[in-house]
Amino acid sequence: MSHFLDRLNFLGKVKSTFSDGHGAVVNEDRKWEDAYRQRWQHDKIVRSTHGVNCTGSCSWKVYVKNGLITWETQQTDYPRTRPDLPNHEPRGCPRGASYSWYVYSAQRVKYPMVRGRLMRLWREARRTMGPIEAWEHISQNPETAQQYKSKRGQGGFVRASWDEVNEIVAAANAFTIKRYGPDRVIGFSPIPAMSMVSYAAGSRYLSLIGGVPLSFYDWYCDLPPSSPQTWGEQTDVAESADWYNSTYLMVWGSNVPMTRTPDAHFYTEVRYKGTKTVAVSSDFGEMAKFGDIWLAPKQGTDAALAMAMGHVIFKEFHLDKPSAYFTDYIRQYTDMPMLVTLKPHGDGYVPDYFLRASHLSANLGEDNNPEWKTLVLDEISGDIVAPNGSIGFRWGQQGKWNLEEREGGSGREIRGRLSLIDTRDDVASVHFPYFGAEHDELLPRNVPVRHITLADGQRVPVATVFDLMAANYGIDRGLGGGNVASSYMDDVPYTPAWQQKHTGVKPEMVIQVAREFAQNADKTHGKSMVIVGAALNHWYHMDMTYRGIINMLMLCGCIGQSGGGWCHYVGQEKLRPQTGWAPLAFAADWNRPARQMNGTSFFYAHTSQWRHEKLGVNEILCPTADGRMASMALIDYNAKAERMGWLPSAPQLSANPLDVTRDAEAAGEDPVAYTVSRLKDGTLDMACNDPDNPQNFPRNLFVWRSNILGSSGKGHEYFLKYLLGTQNAVMNSEEDCIRPSEITVRPAAEGKLDLLVVLDFRMSTTCLYADIVLPTATWYEKDDLNTSDMHPFIHPLSEAVQPLWQAKTDWEIYKGFAKALSEVGGEYLGVRKDLVLTPLMHDTPQELGQPFDPRDWKKGECEPVPGKTMPAMTVVERDYRAIHQKFTSIGPLLEKVGNGGKGIGWQTGHEVDVLRGLNRTVAEGAGKGQPRLDTAIDAAEMILTLAPETNGHVAVKAWAALSKVTGRDHTHLALPREHDSIRFRDIQAQPRKIISSPTWSGLESEEVSYNAGYTNVHELIPWRTLTGRQQFYQDHQWMRAFGEGLCVYKPHVDLKTTAALLGKKPNGHDEIVLNFITPHQKWGIHSTYSDNLRMLTLSRGGPHVWVSEVDARKAGIVDNDWIEVFNANGTLTARAVVSQRVPEGMTLMYHAQEKIVNVPGAETSGKRGGIHNSVTRAVTKPTHMIGGYAQLSWGFNYYGTVGANRDEFVIVRKMKNVDWMERPLAE
Amino acid sequence: MNTWHQFLFGIYPYIALTVFLLGSLVRFEREQYSWKSDSSQLLVKSQLRLGSMLFHIGILGLFFGHLVGLLTPVSVWDTVGVTHSLKQIVAMTAGGVMGFVCLTGLVILLYRRLTSDRLSANTTWRDKLVLLWLLVTVVLGLATIYVSSSHMDGEEMLKLMQWAQHVVTFRGGAAAIIADVSWVFKAHLFMGMSLFVIFPFTRLVHVWSGFGAVGYLGRAWQLVRPRV
Repeated sequence: MSHFLDRLNFLGKVKSTFSDGHGAVVNEDRKWEDAYRQRWQHDKIVRSTHGVNCTGSCSWKVYVKNGLITWETQQTDYPRTRPDLPNHEPRGCPRGASYSWYVYSAQRVKYPMVRGRLMRLWREARRTMGPIEAWEHISQNPETAQQYKSKRGQGGFVRASWDEVNEIVAAANAFTIKRYGPDRVIGFSPIPAMSMVSYAAGSRYLSLIGGVPLSFYDWYCDLPPSSPQTWGEQTDVAESADWYNSTYLMVWGSNVPMTRTPDAHFYTEVRYKGTKTVAVSSDFGEMAKFGDIWLAPKQGTDAALAMAMGHVIFKEFHLDKPSAYFTDYIRQYTDMPMLVTLKPHGDGYVPDYFLRASHLSANLGEDNNPEWKTLVLDEISGDIVAPNGSIGFRWGQQGKWNLEEREGGSGREIRGRLSLIDTRDDVASVHFPYFGAEHDELLPRNVPVRHITLADGQRVPVATVFDLMAANYGIDRGLGGGNVASSYMDDVPYTPAWQQKHTGVKPEMVIQVAREFAQNADKTHGKSMVIVGAALNHWYHMDMTYRGIINMLMLCGCIGQSGGGWCHYVGQEKLRPQTGWAPLAFAADWNRPARQMNGTSFFYAHTSQWRHEKLGVNEILCPTADGRMASMALIDYNAKAERMGWLPSAPQLSANPLDVTRDAEAAGEDPVAYTVSRLKDGTLDMACNDPDNPQNFPRNLFVWRSNILGSSGKGHEYFLKYLLGTQNAVMNSEEDCIRPSEITVRPAAEGKLDLLVVLDFRMSTTCLYADIVLPTATWYEKDDLNTSDMHPFIHPLSEAVQPLWQAKTDWEIYKGFAKALSEVGGEYLGVRKDLVLTPLMHDTPQELGQPFDPRDWKKGECEPVPGKTMPAMTVVERDYRAIHQKFTSIGPLLEKVGNGGKGIGWQTGHEVDVLRGLNRTVAEGAGKGQPRLDTAIDAAEMILTLAPETNGHVAVKAWAALSKVTGRDHTHLALPREHDSIRFRDIQAQPRKIISSPTWSGLESEEVSYNAGYTNVHELIPWRTLTGRQQFYQDHQWMRAFGEGLCVYKPHVDLKTTAALLGKKPNGHDEIVLNFITPHQKWGIHSTYSDNLRMLTLSRGGPHVWVSEVDARKAGIVDNDWIEVFNANGTLTARAVVSQRVPEGMTLMYHAQEKIVNVPGAETSGKRGGIHNSVTRAVTKPTHMIGGYAQLSWGFNYYGTVGANRDEFVIVRKMKNVDWMERPLAE
Repeated sequence: MNTWHQFLFGIYPYIALTVFLLGSLVRFEREQYSWKSDSSQLLVKSQLRLGSMLFHIGILGLFFGHLVGLLTPVSVWDTVGVTHSLKQIVAMTAGGVMGFVCLTGLVILLYRRLTSDRLSANTTWRDKLVLLWLLVTVVLGLATIYVSSSHMDGEEMLKLMQWAQHVVTFRGGAAAIIADVSWVFKAHLFMGMSLFVIFPFTRLVHVWSGFGAVGYLGRAWQLVRPRV
């Protein structure tokens, strides 16, 4: 009744006593206990997740109490999958569990904010001018532009209203589109799978106005180029449950417990089943503790280890005592029996192109795409035949693109001969490149060959890939000649003894692991698995390490077998309902094609990192390559690739594409023909040839769902200097760098970007550099979709509370831009025709564009033909008055043209009709009668309804479409779930199992766990490569020119960034040079959570760098000292963690530790210390630029240049003065 | 004796006591979660141990000294043979020592509270008021020693005792008894009474619990409750 009166019972307080008076029975008021009960009471639980790039995709319960988000716990209601598997729970990690802290924290962005100086200029200008005029006045006047650009990153935001920021953004976009072209409006947002609708919101807006979304997977260097090279597959990996099916599990350069925390339990559980585990890691990472064996190669030398294991496997299981399973597997599923022509080089030969039907007389009877049909020697008939399945069968004909062992023409059964050793005409001395420095550059080895006569009468030797592989591994087959080993202890590349010099691993261990790995695969038919990760893939020559490991797996028949194969877990988010999502995201319901650009080449060019390039092509070229290739700089290669249609471009032409079509029409010419002729005669150029011309700057940049400047921006300081034009710590001089020879080099431009708009829920490093910061809904305040490849479920993000303060969801924000643009710029821009350039795309007939040697039209080597020898060109009409109407309705093209993906298409009118019912229809405007797309849930329903993975009807249609191409019926894979249709409210109730679709190479079924390549092996669907098989050999001219035709060992490249600074800026402490390694971290997912109080409390509470005890001693560093880490690229400050975990010679800095928490000033620059990317710079690799060549063709996030960063070296030094720079900013 | 004097020392004591008792009761009933000492030990550790100990020893000494000194009937002292002047010497000495200890603690606490950024971010104006109020009251109290030393016969003290005893026993004319004592005493009395006024609105409420904690001394080691 009353707290006080209830206590007024002191006379009768003790009812009785016990235990000799030590205990008493009292009858006190118990109301205070309610406080503890209420602590865990709540009003509702909402299912959501964290839209963060960790691939975890864990379903979470979000608790709401009194209208406030209070905490979150892990959901435990995943549907059970297969009866023999452990449960998927628990999924989650401490990072996710700390998310709710952000929602009400001081880090939260609560209101739209604009850089103060820009705001002052804008309001001033708006007093007398219209919005577009005002934007031109501010951004095009160097003096006013400098006023706000030069202060980026230094605070000074003021609050604004949504109406005002929408007007600024619309004015900037409209002005840029009219003056410079829509391809000067750029957007960066990564990993659609983590919140598909949010991603699509921005990319839909950009695609409608003609802007350019940038790719990210390649830029993050998470894309493994070896995967498209070998399989024609971006990345496809087993779900984590499939680890449990493995019986020999290697974890190689991937710290599973730390970076795949919710999945690590399968790694633990499978060991109880008796599976042997091997951990390979240079440092003592968490996963090393799980290994029965731990191998610790020196960082960056893993390719040598893999090659030596391959040597053992090949010798013992393919030559000495061949495994029947392995032999059958490589014959049917790999390019091993394919014939390769040899061409003379010096006193011997080098491998050349695969022998093609077009090489032989009458095209060997193959009229359709004979240049793209590879050949084998048939053991049964003794003839050279073109087997089914090579890429030539994929396009232009039907029914033969499969992996049946038959001849394409006659359909008779064949059996490809793997080795010519028993039927050889001759033994040829073939030169193999060697990059390891301690042996000759070229190693001649004897290879058995047959001589054949080509169509032109020429006699040439041919060898099988199998025989070339054996020679490449340096295995002695009794054919004489040098550079081969008969013993593992010979010092010949690539024996176990040889590798020890590079890796430091004992040869006995290599032999043991290789042998066990293969024995296990032989007995279990492929249940040996390798999990690989960033520790391998972030190196410049990552393809060599990966291909070395993939070779082991292919040699042992593990790919496509349950419990076996290659599992690349590095940012490999899986957008499961991809084909349902793509039309939403790229507005393919309104116009096609969309513009897209590869992130790495974009940033390399526009942050002017190429101006600081020190890696000469001569350093990485194969000695057998054409010497002229060495004279080009990396940016020259990129420009060449863009004009040849290999890589995309953004900006595309040196002129506004809207003006190009206008001028063409004025001249009475077809815009495409007009453009081609102008490009040919040089009156029009491509923007890539002149990146520092103001005409070719990217002008507006949207960043959402990303913290590019605080996380993934390799060459951070170059971003600041050139793209943003603000304070930076670049200590590099262009004088020492390689000058391009083919592109125009002008004086460096700084501050190219007129407007940087960032959408975020927290004040990240990128927000600090923005001109406009917009408050977006957190992951507990919006409706969206989320998937991963680590588990087979789709589940939602849900709105637990409405977006707080003035936040809005990404969908609503971009809808607002669309509305503002239509209002502010609609009449100003009107209806225009846009000329869109697209590269020769993978999974389209264009991938057969350029057989054999590349020809550059610009050099007169061939005619410029759009879509074949240069980018394809399409005229797209854009009605800028109707952007908002189109954004909010599903356009008519899906019904007219259909939908599809990965080279197959289907009609989808029925599904659009379903959406008319679900979403209702639009009453008027451009989208009249079309399904509405008003809310994020409308957008989610569009994805779910159109995608085969979430709509059984579509899945059956998709498999039927593929069946036509392969000539085999695959519909049985989806028929049992034909009537399943998953909708948004379904997944809010419980995560739902995905339906199998031909977009992916594994199955979602009750029988097997998802495993990459499973349908290739079990349904005989070809890999989307040149040969249709998994490829050991890459025959493109550039692949061979860079010595990567077959897998070889390549040491790290020398980026030359420390010599110029070592000892030049002394502070009295010793300096040491260490290899700079930036693994994923424990206390954050990239930069997210790294500024979260809960995670900061668990870690050092700010940036920290790990150093070995030996190196620390050398430099006089003790644990927790402040140290500076710097090189020519820039500098950072952090605390030292001195640990036995780290081997000598390397330093680890967990990547993406924000520079907004506890970062003091750096002594070398006098500026505040940077982030981990302050000391890195992106370096591109020419082999990743190849296009128009079967699997080596560009696709968004599929192939292209990648942002490697682990070859970097830094100077590490203890700091003398720790200056917190807590002074007011000087003017 | 003017109206102001009558009000301050005849009526105000009852207002103060009423606010103190009723206020404490209402706060205890309505704001259980605010009933706490608001210790800042977790925020800033430095100087707290010394300052807080000195302050609490001093203030407790002063509290009991005043309690006994002011409210013990004069007849009791006479009976046990303590002369007025002896009592005054004891009061001046003990009060002086305790007052000094308390003052030192207060100054340390006040310095700490005003100089630490972390603490000021977590300090309300009421926290500062309590410290300043106590400081002024204690300084005035110490100043009375100087005043008392000029008349060592203890008669002045006797007036104050009688005033206090008149107040707590609801006898009229209390204010008139101290009409001519030094203004220093009066100021000290006013500040002291006002301490009771601010008491229910500040962290001072923890004093109740502090005295309540004495109950632990006689409590059984384990308490259980019946099921109903």
